[in-house]
Amino acid sequence: MDYRISDPVPGASPGEPVGPRPQDALPETVTTAVKIVIVGGFGVGKTTMVRAVSEIRPLTTEETMTRAGEGVDHVAGIEDKTETTVAMDFGRISLNERLVLYLFGTPGQERFWFLWNGLFDGALGAVVLVDARRLEVSFDIISRLEDRRMPFVVAVNAFPDAPRHELAELREALDLPDWVPMVDCDARNRTSSRDVLLELTRYLHAMTLAQTETR
Amino acid sequence: MSGPRRLDWGEGSPERLYVLTGGRSGSAAREQLDLVTLIVSRSSPDPALQPEQAAIVRMCGYPLSVAEISAYLSLPASVVMVLLVDLLADGRVEARPPIPAASLPDAELLEAVMHGLQNL
Repeated sequence: MDYRISDPVPGASPGEPVGPRPQDALPETVTTAVKIVIVGGFGVGKTTMVRAVSEIRPLTTEETMTRAGEGVDHVAGIEDKTETTVAMDFGRISLNERLVLYLFGTPGQERFWFLWNGLFDGALGAVVLVDARRLEVSFDIISRLEDRRMPFVVAVNAFPDAPRHELAELREALDLPDWVPMVDCDARNRTSSRDVLLELTRYLHAMTLAQTETR
Repeated sequence: MSGPRRLDWGEGSPERLYVLTGGRSGSAAREQLDLVTLIVSRSSPDPALQPEQAAIVRMCGYPLSVAEISAYLSLPASVVMVLLVDLLADGRVEARPPIPAASLPDAELLEAVMHGLQNL
């Protein structure tokens, strides 16, 4: 084990400050933070999208959980318990002097769902990022979000070598209801990724107005 | 060095994390804090504080989310939340909680988000 009690603690002494670079500090006037979660399979471009729109270099937060090893291969007779650490990349967008948006990328596979409670609680909504060549993981994500009543949009990341699909075709393949917005995007591109977030926000806004009217 | 000042000390060994939190799991902290709760210092670092807590007080001169604190300290967010509960109880830091999880966020907030994104 590498644990040494004498390890220096980052930021513990004034000589070695740890924390945001001065240019990454939020203004004192910021009072409210909101979050949007970007969820998708491995390699679908979640971190790429976060990086494209974030005003800070994406950071990584970890979550650890000890639990019974469900869905994990194990050898009979060995205690069925695993320590799972999952890293989540996130970025930040200052929206105005009082409001800041955080974007979290999280893996969509079922074994990472333990992360979802803390992550989706209080989130505005989610972006399901999809690779048209690998739709399988998206089915589970979509039904899981529907179960949680978490509003979401589906963004199809345009991989250069992927065959082009019509959105209508993918909508059918994903069994996605008509009212859920679906867009093409290029996660590497700032404007394109920004537009995905705008699409989600407009959708949420329309839902909110509709709900207010029926009250 | 122009990158963010983040030190790599994070052997996330369960023993070490256990010592840091005094064995508390963080489920109570979770009810009080979110990944995007903004933390601002209300005191200067006290030598009596645990080094990790002193680091938090030092870095939160300007608002910083729980997620960012976790990233800069290379500690799991749940551990940071436990450390923050003590700091909050002692009035050393202040929390600016996110909008409470309602069924749907209000229209005015969403309009502010839209405007902000359009200006990006």
